[in-house]
Amino acid sequence: MHDLTPLHGLLGGALIGLAAAALMLFTGRLAGVSGILGGLLTSRSTDRAWRIAFVAGLVAAPILAALAGAPLPRPAIATNLALVAAAGLLVGFGSRMGNGCTSGHGVCGFARGSARSIVATVVFMGAAVLTVAIVRHGFGG
Amino acid sequence: MPLVLASFACGLVFGAGLLISGMTEPDKVLGFLDIFGAWDATLAFVMAGAVAVSSVGFALAQRRAAPLFASGYLWPTRRDIDAPLVTGAVLFGVGWGLVGICPGPALVNLAGLSLPIVVFVGAMVIGMLGYEFSPARGGTSVAAVESPAVASRTDG
Repeated sequence: MHDLTPLHGLLGGALIGLAAAALMLFTGRLAGVSGILGGLLTSRSTDRAWRIAFVAGLVAAPILAALAGAPLPRPAIATNLALVAAAGLLVGFGSRMGNGCTSGHGVCGFARGSARSIVATVVFMGAAVLTVAIVRHGFGG
Repeated sequence: MPLVLASFACGLVFGAGLLISGMTEPDKVLGFLDIFGAWDATLAFVMAGAVAVSSVGFALAQRRAAPLFASGYLWPTRRDIDAPLVTGAVLFGVGWGLVGICPGPALVNLAGLSLPIVVFVGAMVIGMLGYEFSPARGGTSVAAVESPAVASRTDG
């Protein structure tokens, strides 16, 4: 049911890494999506334009792909909107409290060899694996 | 202006990477997290590719005095492993595991304007704002968030 797609994974991952490297080399900023978005919501300063631009780039990627003929992303996500909202709240609150998400801790943090990020990544991966185990298989639930 | 354009280009490439990797599909992400089911290891390949390339880029950056379009690097400076880091990671992980979406893919998927994604992004933004103004943050003011010293301490 789930097909392993290692080449697409590696290629897509390499592009993500390239974007993170380029953002640091060009702007001196870390490509952590929750940090960029969270800072956008709270900063009043001149620090805003680059954040808006990065977020706009993320949103524009599938639109440009659609212009080239690819379908717009309409992912198969849980249809229970209360569950989706709860998940969104947890992801937003948790990523700010923990100072990062899959990109900031999981990619950039590992690349920097940051102990904080490695701990955070192991913890959120563990929590996510447990959550999926409980939701899908009813373990310990 | 070059800083903003570079940032847009990086967002674009980052988004393309997420799309190509399949990580904008919650099924692929949940397939990785579901180690007791039909396990899909793709996410590990995405992480490996991303960490390999970005670590080379970061090493390059550390050898240069300054980024091309800014006066200095805003490397995270914190090293302590504190309670908010771990608690926040747990909350984030539970939310991520519930639907298989994290902030990057959420924003890329926003372009499709499907109702669940719009709800997810709206809730995520409320969650972020909720933390900024929560007692958990110690009632820190917006001014403190703006200070470069604090901003550079953010890991991601």
